[in-house]
Amino acid sequence: MAEKEMQKREASSPIETERTTARKVFIPRVDIREVGDAIVLLADMPGVDEKSIDITLEKNILTLAGRVEPEVYEGYRTAYAEYEAGDYERAFTLSDEIDRDRIEASVKNGVLKLTLPKAEPVKLRKISVKSA
Amino acid sequence: MFWPEFGRYGRVWSPWREMERLQQDVNRLLSQESTPYATTFPAVNIWASEQDVIVTAEVPGVDPDSLDITVAENVLKLTGSRKPEELKPGEVSHRQERVSGGFSRTFRLPYAVDSGKVDAICEKGILKVKLPRAEADKPRKIAIKSQK
Repeated sequence: MAEKEMQKREASSPIETERTTARKVFIPRVDIREVGDAIVLLADMPGVDEKSIDITLEKNILTLAGRVEPEVYEGYRTAYAEYEAGDYERAFTLSDEIDRDRIEASVKNGVLKLTLPKAEPVKLRKISVKSA
Repeated sequence: MFWPEFGRYGRVWSPWREMERLQQDVNRLLSQESTPYATTFPAVNIWASEQDVIVTAEVPGVDPDSLDITVAENVLKLTGSRKPEELKPGEVSHRQERVSGGFSRTFRLPYAVDSGKVDAICEKGILKVKLPRAEADKPRKIAIKSQK
């Protein structure tokens, strides 16, 4: 794996909105896979728990937002720093119809797991033609 | 006998030396482009006070049981692994950005720590290790006696 790909990526302008706080925003890394009749999304969001995460689905735009309180240690000086704490934001456009009522989300060890079940396909209706 | 001696002083053009120089140039260019932060997993921050050191690391998706922390004097070693989420038959990967696999990182702390009193917690994908300074390493104030 390339070393550069492992850094946290800072979002330039998350979902094209401006923020009211001056905190940094990062793009979480995600894995998306299709498992049977559902889409499963895994996102790395260290520092986020179930209370500090917002998931919204509007039309077919899925938005993930996680808030992380910066770590502050009184009386300590920074001896070495590789990462910064900041919020997470990312939005996806879903191509498939999603059954909104059955979306499941859980957070474990800083990883968000989102299961988006696909909606039942619209059933084909066969029209029988009666003979005159 | 003659040529190797000559080459050592750098007077003869050598394609190998040219390639080495090219490699160095490319490396320098690449390192300039990246951010000032180190680029390995997991990313680590270290805080220090006079009494103790706090080491935090972003370890999302790493099972706390698989994390191994060893301390000797002023060297901290962090090893562990993140299990790859393997695709089962019938599953299709749309996007794969998260990395998995083993990691091992070693850090030199600002001073020697008491390895018996190290305290580590891992929550919300962030590991926090508190390492108190070794008694023998603490700065001591020496009283100066004055003789009249």
